[in-house]
Amino acid sequence: MCTRPKGAHDQSSSVIVLAQLAPGQRATVVGTVPQANPKVANRLGQLGFRATARVDAIRRAPLGDPTIYRVHDTELCLRRREAQLIEIVPEADV
Amino acid sequence: MTACHDVSAAPVAVAGIRRVALVGSPNAGKTSVFNHLTGLRAKTGNYPGVTVGRSVGTTKVDGVAIAVEDLPGTYSLDPISPDEQVVTDLLTGKYPDVDRPDALVLVADATTLRRSIMLVGQVLRLELPCLLALTMGDELTSRGGRIDVEALSTALGIPVAAVVAHRGSGIDGLRAQLASFERWQRPPILPPPGQEAIDAWGQSVLDAADYVAPQPDQRTRRIDKVLLHPLWGTVAFFVVMFCFFQVLFTIAAPLREGISDGLTWLGGPVAEHVGNPVIRGLLSQGIIGGVGTVLQFLPQIVLLFLLLALLENIGYMSRAAFLMDRIMAKTGLEGRAFVAMLSSFACAIPGIMATRTLPSSRDRIATIVSAPLMTCSARLPVYTLLVSLLVAPQMRWWGLSAQGATMFLLYLGGGTSSLIAALLVKSTILRGDLLPFTMELPPYRFPSPRVVLAAMWSAAKMFLRKAGTIILGTSLVLWALLNLPAREAQTRGLSSTDATAYVMNHSYAADLGRAVAPVFSPLGFDWRTDVALVGSLSAREVFVSTLGQVSAATHPENPREALATMTDDHGHRVFTAPTVIALMAYFMFALQCMSTIAVMRRETNSWRWPAFAFTYMFALAWVMAFVARSIAIGLGA
Repeated sequence: MCTRPKGAHDQSSSVIVLAQLAPGQRATVVGTVPQANPKVANRLGQLGFRATARVDAIRRAPLGDPTIYRVHDTELCLRRREAQLIEIVPEADV
Repeated sequence: MTACHDVSAAPVAVAGIRRVALVGSPNAGKTSVFNHLTGLRAKTGNYPGVTVGRSVGTTKVDGVAIAVEDLPGTYSLDPISPDEQVVTDLLTGKYPDVDRPDALVLVADATTLRRSIMLVGQVLRLELPCLLALTMGDELTSRGGRIDVEALSTALGIPVAAVVAHRGSGIDGLRAQLASFERWQRPPILPPPGQEAIDAWGQSVLDAADYVAPQPDQRTRRIDKVLLHPLWGTVAFFVVMFCFFQVLFTIAAPLREGISDGLTWLGGPVAEHVGNPVIRGLLSQGIIGGVGTVLQFLPQIVLLFLLLALLENIGYMSRAAFLMDRIMAKTGLEGRAFVAMLSSFACAIPGIMATRTLPSSRDRIATIVSAPLMTCSARLPVYTLLVSLLVAPQMRWWGLSAQGATMFLLYLGGGTSSLIAALLVKSTILRGDLLPFTMELPPYRFPSPRVVLAAMWSAAKMFLRKAGTIILGTSLVLWALLNLPAREAQTRGLSSTDATAYVMNHSYAADLGRAVAPVFSPLGFDWRTDVALVGSLSAREVFVSTLGQVSAATHPENPREALATMTDDHGHRVFTAPTVIALMAYFMFALQCMSTIAVMRRETNSWRWPAFAFTYMFALAWVMAFVARSIAIGLGA
């Protein structure tokens, strides 16, 4: 969970972090960044941000942070700090 | 279960009966299920030694009582915060002085089952008798999802009960099963350990149950388009918060006065029928007054919890927190702390109680110790008096009323210092919170009246039982300090205002006032001001009437005239401009309210945090008052 699965290797050029996903866009989670605290990475996984999960960026707060994401049938918001720990491949690139 | 009689350590322990605990993630409908099972008989308190709230109630099945415990909501059994550690330790039997429950009811929301199935897997591995209560099945169907409950039960190997928590349907069936947990089906094979394996196991269980996840809620989408819109959402937020604050201020305040008037009226016949002046004073002022101090907080608390429960259950609270998070993040807190801070402008007591909605105990404590700096409504009468002593009503600054501008500065100072205090506390003694800010935005729902009522009821009950006793006790002590020893012989023949002034000027409080005079004399306070400071511990506004009484003002409730000309033992005027400014600064910062201290004690489950808050606020108040006075003198005021 803390590192990227091997399958995502060849796509590494298109891998970005969730914080970069613009509202209205969809992406697939590939994992968490290696420097993420393992406990935090584990928790993000349990909330649904785990490899192969689809995530939609729904909207950003008027002040720019946090952002609402839809993952595993729930809508929840993350601050940029946590959204920078999740690696994704945007939908158009998959 | 240990039969524990230490009220503060385990106030909600139910000895000798079997215990079933409710486990589930936040927003799963756990509290709804709990309220339906236990009615309004639930007891709330804290887990021993921590600030984590605990709710235990009982439910009867065929005449046999079973204790039901509502565990704090958790997303997994891999704890990342002290609050989640409590759940994990309790379920694994590692919690000191609290036994492992005998059986578990897992509560899971059918619309988010793909996520919560992981928690189900982790809990099954605990090898306790388990039953799954599946909530929101109606919503799953209406949003185009489906699940085969019987197939789910077969796949999990445990009984599954479908309940619609907010309507209470399915609860009787669930309750009937609680008595026979020894006979509940147990899973033949436990789910595998490790996140990825549990993930695969969960997927196979959901496939076997023919689970189809629901479509996003279209109604919620449409409402969010407005309520989270950059412009309309912000407007709506301010309207909601304005109404919220108005209700606390304009509806609770008259109710508060009604209670106080009612008790004054009650004091009348007592005063007529009791001959002995000491006993008369004790009954009419000490006891009735003390009860009044406790009761006057009730309207605010009940109303606050009504509004909080409504906003929370409708689903707006998390939206408000979403909008405010960026601002609160600057203080190290999160969006949900905003409501507690806002409530503290009415009164720190409901504000402190509102911190229960915060999932992180560090955030709760940081909010609790900084909220009393907010300019509460009890400071208003004190500020009104002090402002009137300092600034003439007709005076104008740049065309603005100088009195109004001074009052605004006092409010601004309180609000700002509270946020700075939160920032300092969060970046020093309470720093290093790993818990990521992850907040769910549940679909908008109609609130269940039962859940709303239960929230109001338990808040009121808890305040009366836990904080009310401390407040009443201290009120009596303060009454005794201010009114004893009785000076019947000396006051015979004096007018009643002169007699009150004489008794107070020779009371234990006066001795105390003289004893602490060296502490406050650098601030310009004389010993009578110190007596009023002692009196104001029962509630800040008492400062005004106590000062009125010690100065033998003709109108003790409005002692401006008497105070403006009051002189000390050497004939110098006491309330000079620098001293009044020092008093303003002192009241802005000092934790001059023992009711707040009592509620802090209750909410943090220790005397440590109230002691910390009292000390730092006193030090801050003294230093700021000294600085403000020195500057005022330096400027020639």
